[in-house]
Amino acid sequence: MASSRLSETARSNGHQADHASAQRDGSRPVALAGRALREVSQQLARRIPRADLDERDPDYIRERLPLLWLFASLWYRGEVRGLGNIPDSGPVLLVGNHSGGNMLPDTLVFTLAFSTYFGVERPFYQLAHNLVLTMPGLAWLRKFGTVAASQDNARKALRSEAALLVYPGGDYEVHRPIWERNRVDFNGRRGFLRLAIEEDVPIVPVVAIGGQETALFLSRGERLAHLLALDRIFRLKVLPISLALPWGVNVGDMLGHIPLPAKITIETLPPIYLRERFGPEPDLGAVYDHLMDVMQHTLDGLASERRLPLIG
Amino acid sequence: MRVAEAITISAPAEQVWAVVSDPECVLEFMSGVTRWEVASPNPTGLGARYRVLFRIGSAEIGGLVEVVEWAPGCDLAWTSVTGLDQRGRWRLRETGRGGTRVEVRLAYGVAGAGLTGWIAERVAKPAVSGHLRRSLRQLKRIVEYEQLREQAATHRRS
Repeated sequence: MASSRLSETARSNGHQADHASAQRDGSRPVALAGRALREVSQQLARRIPRADLDERDPDYIRERLPLLWLFASLWYRGEVRGLGNIPDSGPVLLVGNHSGGNMLPDTLVFTLAFSTYFGVERPFYQLAHNLVLTMPGLAWLRKFGTVAASQDNARKALRSEAALLVYPGGDYEVHRPIWERNRVDFNGRRGFLRLAIEEDVPIVPVVAIGGQETALFLSRGERLAHLLALDRIFRLKVLPISLALPWGVNVGDMLGHIPLPAKITIETLPPIYLRERFGPEPDLGAVYDHLMDVMQHTLDGLASERRLPLIG
Repeated sequence: MRVAEAITISAPAEQVWAVVSDPECVLEFMSGVTRWEVASPNPTGLGARYRVLFRIGSAEIGGLVEVVEWAPGCDLAWTSVTGLDQRGRWRLRETGRGGTRVEVRLAYGVAGAGLTGWIAERVAKPAVSGHLRRSLRQLKRIVEYEQLREQAATHRRS
């Protein structure tokens, strides 16, 4: 009780201080907007579920595999190569390039392939943007092993001996314009490499093509996102603009879209054991450059195999 | 979903059996198989286990299977332990004219998958049947060629 009174007093003092400062600089609406943004941001942060690895449900996944198989086989004509490159057991960091906007066609195809190849019994988690896990109606993703993207959650998954799929490019890469569709772009993010080194787990690059042809992605809308303070509230660096079904012009892709039936091809590359290849204290820059080279080279190869957009 | 295909091979049942029951031969004649690994101390016989994967559509589907019936020259049946629910059987019967009728049966599905499982099983059926048909044709080629080779060797020796 005492603590709640204390916090109330503190809050009211804070409000008074905000109010006074707003009056002082004559920018009351700006201060109010700032407070509202902070409040919304905190509310959202509270809604992000803590990673509970036990929420992954192998039986649920198994019963959904036929649905995934139908989508992957009939709609995307998915083809996943080189799954034998993934170590048969133990923790592994699967690093993918991300495509296809919020509908994540490559994730669907890869999740199916991984789950059928290794069996649903092998623990497999995927990191997703916080906003994805706070959206109503997407709680089922957690049963598939999707957890909020954070270093803590990633560490927890790897320490449980699981395979962990990360898309370092995240929202930045997944909404890249269509003329950059055959480009791996992590926007310089290297946190996943630090994690792999600290946890001493191999990295397996997973390169996908076709996802960025499932809509006509025109712009990431970074300026728009900044202008609307989405980066501060939702950790969203982009507000993508695309032409997609059924909306026509689709801003934000918050409600998703009907993806075009583009052929998705995914190639899984041999594992990279960082300490073996780069020495006991690997240089992050060198590892990052090597990974980008390997993935881009593979993506170029996959792109050269494609004769026509969508059809593959 | 249950699929079955059959073929008559011009060779005695024990010669056909020698191929279908040998895990090292499976990759040579089974169409669509991408992995067939022994996963038990005993590579053949009752209780032998194999890790099996077939490419069907966009995925390599299968799991761990165990041999549950082992009647040399007649029947070899297996059932799934993990992965896709499946039961399969090689059924060999001599025709009486030096040949063997070989039938392969496979029942597969995902228990609990509901309507989507029902649809997926039917969509996959042509691919599964095709793999079984090609496997039987390849088995026939291997066994009959092997028989001809043995006959030729015997002829040369005599």
